[in-house]
This record gives sequence, C-alpha cells and structure tokens, in this order.
Amino acid sequence: MMERIPQYLFWILIFPGFVFTVLIGLVASWVVRKVSALVQWRVGPRLYQPFVDILKLLGKETLVPRGSQKALFFAAPLIAMTAVLLLSTMLWRIAFDRIDFIGDIIVAIYLMVLPSLALILGSSASASPHAAVGTSREMKLVLAYELPLALALVVIVIKNGGQLNLAQIAQNNVVFSISGLLAFLVALLCVQAKLGFVPFDIAEAETELAGGVLIEYSGALLAIWKLAQAMMLVALPLFLVLAFLGGFTVLWAGIAKYVLILVLLILIKNTNPRMRIDQAMKFFWVYCGFALILAVVLAGLGNYYGIGWL
Amino acid sequence: MSWKIWALKKSPWVFHVNTGACNNCDIEIVALLTPKFDVERFGIKLVGSPRHADALLVTGGVTAQAAPRLREVYRQMPKPCVVFCIGACACDKGIFANSYHMVGPVDKIIREIDPNAIIAYVPGCPPKPEAIISGVVKALSAL
Ligand code: SF4
Repeated sequence: MMERIPQYLFWILIFPGFVFTVLIGLVASWVVRKVSALVQWRVGPRLYQPFVDILKLLGKETLVPRGSQKALFFAAPLIAMTAVLLLSTMLWRIAFDRIDFIGDIIVAIYLMVLPSLALILGSSASASPHAAVGTSREMKLVLAYELPLALALVVIVIKNGGQLNLAQIAQNNVVFSISGLLAFLVALLCVQAKLGFVPFDIAEAETELAGGVLIEYSGALLAIWKLAQAMMLVALPLFLVLAFLGGFTVLWAGIAKYVLILVLLILIKNTNPRMRIDQAMKFFWVYCGFALILAVVLAGLGNYYGIGWL
Repeated sequence: MSWKIWALKKSPWVFHVNTGACNNCDIEIVALLTPKFDVERFGIKLVGSPRHADALLVTGGVTAQAAPRLREVYRQMPKPCVVFCIGACACDKGIFANSYHMVGPVDKIIREIDPNAIIAYVPGCPPKPEAIISGVVKALSAL
C-alpha cells in the first residue's frame, strides 16, 4: 500500500488528475467562448485568454465580506475543486485504463452533486442578499435536475443488464436505442444545468443577480471557482461519453465524442434564452420526468424480450 | 513590470457605474460591448459585481447622492485596479460644471479614499466606442 502512494499522487495531481484536467478544461472553456463568438459573428478571445484570466485572478487581492462565515467562505471553493478533481481522475482512469470497481457510477453521481452543494454553502456563507437569492435558485435547480439525471442512469443500468460498473457500461453504445437516446438527451440537458450554462444559468443570472452565487468572491478564491468550473467542463461531458456513447475504445473516437458533446452544449447555450426557475423545474420534472419514465418502461421491455433497439 | 500588471492588462474585466451622466455615455459603453466592436478580442468582459472587476468605467460628474456609492464601489474592487473616466462629465464635470448638485469630478472623489489610484481619462461628449477603445488601449499600454 505505502509504496503505491507516489503513484496515486501522480495520478491525482499530474496525469489524469489536476494538471492534465486543468489544461484540457481551460482549453475547453476557450472553445466555449470562441464558438460562442463565431455564432455571434465575431472573432472572439485568443487561446491563452482563460489562462491569463486565472493568472490575473490569482494576482489580485481577496476580499472577504464583513459578516460572512469565514471558514465556510474559504472552504467551499476547495470542496468543489476537490470533488471535481476526484471525479475527473476517476473518469479518466476508467476511460484510459478500464480500472473497474463495482458501483463507481453511484460514486460518480455523488461526486457530481458535491460542487453544486459547495456552491450553495459558499454563497450562503457570503452574507449578501443577491447571493441569498442565487442560493435559493441553485437549490431549486439541484432538486429539479437530480431526479431526471438519476432516472437516466437507471435506464443505462437496465440496458446493461444490471451492471453498476462504468468500465463495463462503457463497452456498450446505449445511445443507439429509443430509450437510450431519450435518456442521453435528458442527461445532456442535466449536464447543461450542472455547468450553469445559459438556459439554466438561473443562479448566476448576470443581468439581474449580478453574478448571483459567486457575487462576493474575488481574487484567488474566484480563481479556484473558475478552475473548478473549467474542470467540470471536462468531467461532466466525459461522464456522458462513458455512460452513453461507448467510452474511449478508440482514442480519437473518444476525443471526437467529447468534442461533439461540448459543441452540442455550446449550441444549446447560444440559441436559448434563460428560463425562469419555475419553468426550469416544470421542464425537468414534468417533461423530462415523463420522457424518462417512458424510457425506463421501454428499456425494461426491451431487456425482458431481448429487443435491442427499444 | 510585474506579472500581476501584465495579466491585468491582458484581461481587464469591467464594471460600469453611472454617477449622474445624461445617459448618452452609457449608451456608448453599451454599444462598445456589442459584437460589432468585439472587445472580447482583448479579453475585456463585462461583469456584474465590482468584486470581479479590474476596471471601473465611470460616467457622469458625480452628484452629491452618487459620491458615497462611488466610493463604496471603489472600495469593493480588489486591487490592483484601474478607473476609467468616460466622457467630459466624468473627466471634468463637462456641461454640468457649475451645477449645485455636482460634487465631482470622479478623480477627486476617488483620490479622497485612495491617493494612489490609477485613473485614465477618455474625453468626449459622448466619446465614440472607437474613442473609448483607443483610450483604454493607450492607458493600458502606459501602465
Ligand atoms: S459627457 Fe456628454 S454625453 Fe457623456 S454624460 Fe456628460 S453630457 Fe452626457
């Protein structure tokens, strides 16, 4: 056990973990900004822009608002970052080396909800009325999208005959069936909401909440939030690739799948206006909920009678 | 030049305050942020909270009501940061020079709380977006 610690540290801190994920994540956030710029018919930022943004934030003063819960205010971004770091290390290892342990899909669900919980904690610790409104919206949004996401994964598990193991699930291309396609589409929208991208950026709402949940963060703490968000931009699409699209069996195909999901997310982001919170809840619970109940039934039938395309 | 200033120049996020402008300068700033001028090329981005901002775009000659708010917003910005006075009013009270309710101009109010503040001026009534870009670029390259 002891002699393997350097290797674990290498995994977590350098190769599939921190350094690698941050690099890919910042490049991905550049892709988001660049493609948005192209959609709006402009030139957009240069490749190094997200790196300079982080560097600049690290060089600035960090202000702590008066009346805030200091310990929580500092801890929240670190919790979020740690959760995403673990998630992305785990997913990359599954993608590259097919390590498997039973039930890792459930671990992934829990790690995916941690950054949102940290965001709720951090913003409610910051003693600002705008952040409080943002917190309540973020909480409702988490309640709204967690149920459809869990149901979508239930479809996956049924389609794979009860496997709870991402490396096994990644062998199958679930998306080429009716129930798998429905589940994939809903999970894509849930990822959109988890990333806080436009139709569901209700909690950040630059125009009316002025940054909402992140309003009081500045300097290095804001840099950590931005890094965590950039890493989410790697981990969440990667999770979709593994769970729905058949994983990284061939390296370039895996990369192509990741880029495809990223571009889909960006296009949804650029072609939709922001929803109100009640519309978002109705959308996730009523429409996505019913679509998924249908998908679960179809998947169950398909599994029972051995029809692959259902 | 320290790396902090270098990074600041490459990615100035701006926050916009109106301290009693006639609203025309604000319209020009909004026009500046449209896709036509595409200031994201230079890393400029409009942010909603002064705590995220590196550059404060102030318009208007600071009314008695607005002065405490301007000071508060300046205090909320993490340093190092830059203040841009946009328009003749913000630079030197402009056509409101002798009004009873103007306590500005902007640099006087800011210097009261931070004598070493970095302040740049873009005159014009109102300055065109092109003039604002040129002013911002000149000020940042002089930093
Ligand atoms: S400088 Fe001119 S346009 Fe700008 S706020 Fe003053 S009066 Fe209005």
